[in-house]
Amino acid sequence: MSLIAQHPLFFVSLVKVIALLLLLMTALAYLTWLERKVVAHMQSRWGPYRAGPHGLLQPLADGLKFLFKEDVTPGGVDRFVYYLAPFLSLSLALTSIALIPFGPDDILIFGQRTTLGIADLNIGLLFLFAITSLGVYGVALAGWSSNSKYPLLGGLRSSAQMISYELSLTMSVVGVLLMAGTFNLREIIAAQQGHVWGLLPRWNIIAGPLPQLLGFFCFFTAAIAETNRLPFDLPEAESELVAGFHTEYASFKFAMFFLSEYASMITVSCLATVLFFGGWLSPFPEAQFWAWTRFLPTAALGVGCALLIFDGLRYTTLLGRIVLPVLGLVLGGLAYVIAQPGVIDFIQGPFWFLAKVFFFLFVYIWVRGTLPRFRYDQLMAVGWKLLLPASLANVVLTSLAVVVSRR
Amino acid sequence: MTLELILFFLLAAVAVAGAVNLILQRHPIHSALSLIVVMGALAALYLLLGAEFIAAVQIIVYAGAIMVLFVLVIMLLNAGEEERTNLSRMARYVGLPVGFFLLFELAYVMARAAGTQAAAPGVAPASTRQLATMLFREFVLPFELTSILILIAILGAVVLARRES
Repeated sequence: MSLIAQHPLFFVSLVKVIALLLLLMTALAYLTWLERKVVAHMQSRWGPYRAGPHGLLQPLADGLKFLFKEDVTPGGVDRFVYYLAPFLSLSLALTSIALIPFGPDDILIFGQRTTLGIADLNIGLLFLFAITSLGVYGVALAGWSSNSKYPLLGGLRSSAQMISYELSLTMSVVGVLLMAGTFNLREIIAAQQGHVWGLLPRWNIIAGPLPQLLGFFCFFTAAIAETNRLPFDLPEAESELVAGFHTEYASFKFAMFFLSEYASMITVSCLATVLFFGGWLSPFPEAQFWAWTRFLPTAALGVGCALLIFDGLRYTTLLGRIVLPVLGLVLGGLAYVIAQPGVIDFIQGPFWFLAKVFFFLFVYIWVRGTLPRFRYDQLMAVGWKLLLPASLANVVLTSLAVVVSRR
Repeated sequence: MTLELILFFLLAAVAVAGAVNLILQRHPIHSALSLIVVMGALAALYLLLGAEFIAAVQIIVYAGAIMVLFVLVIMLLNAGEEERTNLSRMARYVGLPVGFFLLFELAYVMARAAGTQAAAPGVAPASTRQLATMLFREFVLPFELTSILILIAILGAVVLARRES
């Protein structure tokens, strides 16, 4: 214990990192499950159904498959770079989550007060962009080192795409920065506190000197392209490039690319929440009339509990009839715990934050299930002729609005 | 030895090792990767000095933009391994003496400055806000001139790229 007392910052950070990593890995696994389910239902299919009730054990089965597959290294690869690329991809994607603040209140670890979120930097947003700007190396180097033509073409495409869209991504948040006047993510959220006419939240997307609708459009489009997701997934267009930059990767090295893509999706959703949708702030005003909204987290979990028990008791397999109601009871217990005084105030921030992040993750999957892939020249045209001028216009307009409103 | 000093020597060693590796590697991609390591180590050194903004910009601009272009060009040209020449005549009679001269000059200047304190300890490093105020108030003319220079370079690139048709 004395060691912990001597280096509190180190041990507290360690605990936070491990906890966040475990949560994040579980979230990533079930994000793949969610994506397969949602896309399947959009295409009138069932999606994963065999491994566990409603395919809930599918991520576990996938993980085991990745671990036990033969790890082939193709001939003629540049070994060092070939092994470096997936490692680089995943570590950068996971690092960026460390900057995200999940809630307003401090927590206690080993008797130390500390923020909910690993790091709280003054240059939080810049640091995030610094990490994202390095993300292109993982893809480009993987394509180059594989010594194969499809990965090389995929790697080249992705480098060009990520360079093009990074510009719009960075320019699109300048409007938010101008209104908040800081790079610190916590202060950016704090600047969005309050309501217009006691009703509309003062989030950057709908309030402020200039509502950042244009900025958000540019941000989200560029972010989808940066994370190489449909409709911008040209680096790995199956019909043209087999699988693009990760064609020659097997087993867990492929899984690392796979996980890093989903981790970037979560980072981008968190960032969209922080910059444009008020982070952990509740959409409802603090007034007495709206006091009931404090029980929304409990209600959401309660509805989940009821659905799981109701559906679970009628499930076809015996395992499902046991597992699903038990899961439902766990949710019900959680719903009871977070309704307790003391807990209920703490849970509001994280609940709204996670709810908004979940919404954006759903939009990601929704877009994937809806839009066809762009052609390469269309991709470049959208990036340079539409998004970049639009985000520049947003910077000019927002600067004008900020100057006028300060008069 | 304080933690800062240990970190400084560690990062400095990484930077120097990266720079040496950059020259010694025979494949252009490996050289480019070593240069990225140097940039990263320099950014960490800036962070150690408390210059957060400069550190982030160092990563974004050098490691994230310029080096990406280097790597992209090397990939596009499919540059192979370089051949090692055993010191050409130019390198032997001009390069080596000039290199040693620069090394001794640098060492001399640093040795002379060793006694004087460059910045008093305890002075808070400039925040991003102070940096911006300085850049757009006192140094606005050089700043705008640099922008024009970059604009001219962009126009030149466009003209060169379109000359064929």
